[in-house]
Amino acid sequence: MHVTSPAFKENAARALGDPGLQKALGKAKGAFLQRRAEAVARLPEFEALRDIGRDIKNHTLAHLDFYLETFAANVERAGGTVHWCRTAEEARAAVLEICRAAGAKTVTKGKSMISEELGINAHLEAHGIRPVETDLGEYIIQLRRETPSHIIAPAFHLNREDWEADFRRAHTDLDPDRVFHERRDILAEARTKLRQQFLAADVGITGANFLIAETGSSVIVTNEGNGDLTQTLPRVHIALASIEKVVPTLEDCVSLLRLLARSATGQDFSVYTTFSTGGRRPGDLDGPQEYHVVLVDNGRSEMLGTEFQEMLRCIRCAACMNHCPVYGAVGGHSYGWVYPGPMGSVLTPSLIGVDKAGHLPNASTFCGKCESVCPVKIPLPKMMRHWREREFERHLQPGAARGSLALWAWFARRPQAYRLATRAAVALLRLLARGRGAFTSFPFAGGWTAGRDLPVPQGRTFMAEYAARQRGR
Amino acid sequence: MSREAILSAIRRGLKRGPLPPDQRLMLEARLAAHPRHLIPARSRLPRAEQVALFIRNVEKEFGSVRRLADAREVPAAVAEFLAAQNLPPRLAIAPHPELIGLDWSARPMLQVEARRGAAEDAVSLQHGFAGIAETGTLMLPSAPERPTTLNLLPDTALVFLRASRILGAYEEAFDLLRAELGAMPRNVMLVTGPSRSADIEQTLELGAHGPRRLHILLVDDDPAALSAP
Ligand code: SF4
Repeated sequence: MHVTSPAFKENAARALGDPGLQKALGKAKGAFLQRRAEAVARLPEFEALRDIGRDIKNHTLAHLDFYLETFAANVERAGGTVHWCRTAEEARAAVLEICRAAGAKTVTKGKSMISEELGINAHLEAHGIRPVETDLGEYIIQLRRETPSHIIAPAFHLNREDWEADFRRAHTDLDPDRVFHERRDILAEARTKLRQQFLAADVGITGANFLIAETGSSVIVTNEGNGDLTQTLPRVHIALASIEKVVPTLEDCVSLLRLLARSATGQDFSVYTTFSTGGRRPGDLDGPQEYHVVLVDNGRSEMLGTEFQEMLRCIRCAACMNHCPVYGAVGGHSYGWVYPGPMGSVLTPSLIGVDKAGHLPNASTFCGKCESVCPVKIPLPKMMRHWREREFERHLQPGAARGSLALWAWFARRPQAYRLATRAAVALLRLLARGRGAFTSFPFAGGWTAGRDLPVPQGRTFMAEYAARQRGR
Repeated sequence: MSREAILSAIRRGLKRGPLPPDQRLMLEARLAAHPRHLIPARSRLPRAEQVALFIRNVEKEFGSVRRLADAREVPAAVAEFLAAQNLPPRLAIAPHPELIGLDWSARPMLQVEARRGAAEDAVSLQHGFAGIAETGTLMLPSAPERPTTLNLLPDTALVFLRASRILGAYEEAFDLLRAELGAMPRNVMLVTGPSRSADIEQTLELGAHGPRRLHILLVDDDPAALSAP
């Protein structure tokens, strides 16, 4: 996938000025927040389950080698095959080889972020195999030749009008008189079109929300049923999963499932939660003949033992981006790679390098909302700070930023000078504001004021206020 | 080989070598015991209330339930449901003894075929292995007598379920699965309501790729589940 993370600032500026995107973001965001809050309120044990979720993942990561070996042994016992892949390249090659061996022309796909990360679709296309995304959101993204802008709602950035226009363009057999007044009409058209693809496909590729060591199963969670059709109808099923998806037992898995849907879509449980174990059994009337798990590292093992290890607990629920003011303002594409929002700001530098993705951990207001909703309690703001420190250490920031920080550090170590300077600054800003509440532009602060207002300081400095209150006691 | 490379990279990250035998034994014991974690209290109820919670949750998720006093009433209930929904009197049923053993000939208008699901099917009748009250979820493990395609391809999915098979939490359903089936079947679906999508403007719409309707025929074979709460 093409990386535009180094251009985060330009991406964000463009996003802020895009009326269609702003409309879509405004409409979609509230729904997620309210539904999650209601689902959490319905389950008194939710907070206690977050601690349990964190502990299960920590236990698994501490023994990751053991659980992966156990998982692989159990997949093989059930007649499946595990392909261990260190890099994206190895994973692409493994997928292609399985498809070729199956003589595949058409491959249906369930929604999978790891597939985006590995660039599976482009690789298959380059080798004459047609990948068809079947998740409704992924399907339209594929028609538009875009990338997902959200990890659970790929078409988060689109409005209803966009769907209609794209269907009219891509489905050339479409009757011009067909109406798309309702979302229902759009859904019906996609269902009909994709039904044909499900039946034609030779191989089905899904992701995996979890792998279960105890049973050698891969687990997918969907609402549409597309993932299940993808893994049930073709002759070959490939489950793509990164190594941190493994959990020990079914009990561990259901404890995390209780957190996943509530945090993601605000449902108590998703419509389809499906456990796949091996291929078709004797006497079975349906199901794939072959079952493959492509198990991918691609940078995860490097995160173990570092200050970013805890990021590997992520269950990809998207609560952090749904609650993030920065994501809500600039949308997912601004982040420039596969994973947007706070989880992307931590994960992307780990996977593609802080030199390319250094802007992302800086795109944060440190409001802490992401950590407070994360179902496995990942300290996202702390990790973004770690990235900022690494970036600073490696002199990756521009001179102006380094200079200002050095200046600030000088004052910060000299309290008298600091107080004097802040008092002077407050007085000056209020003088310049001439009664207005905020600046919409300010010399040398265009980067700030282009996307938001700069508030004029109200009242005195913190220290002056504090001293006054102490005196008043 | 990549397998060894990945495993040693993991061990390097964790700053240790392969696990010593005593630690492996401990982890193997944890797998064998598969301990339960906190189970929400919501489904820990007397039988009758547990069944009522299951039904409430199915309905909350846009499914429907009809209670029947006896399994022999199933063919009539199917015929009535199809007529009420204006659906053709034709369906694919799971080749499960409990379903093929029913007296379908009493309803000569119904065309019943015991087989897997097909793309053009309008209606299917699946055999429910268990119900989970916690979220109104059906457990449908694959087997020759319980084909997965019946859960997915038809527009309207009917499911036969005995009230005695309704349990509180997911953990209880998996224990039942382990006890009765031993190893994990090829496919275990947990189904909660009919198919849906929120991909268009994050607004829920029923009937995505799977069934648009989910209707459960619940046979009251458990006297304890009947007593009024
Ligand atoms: S970091 Fe936490 S909140 Fe964000 S996607 Fe991962 S699990 Fe969900």
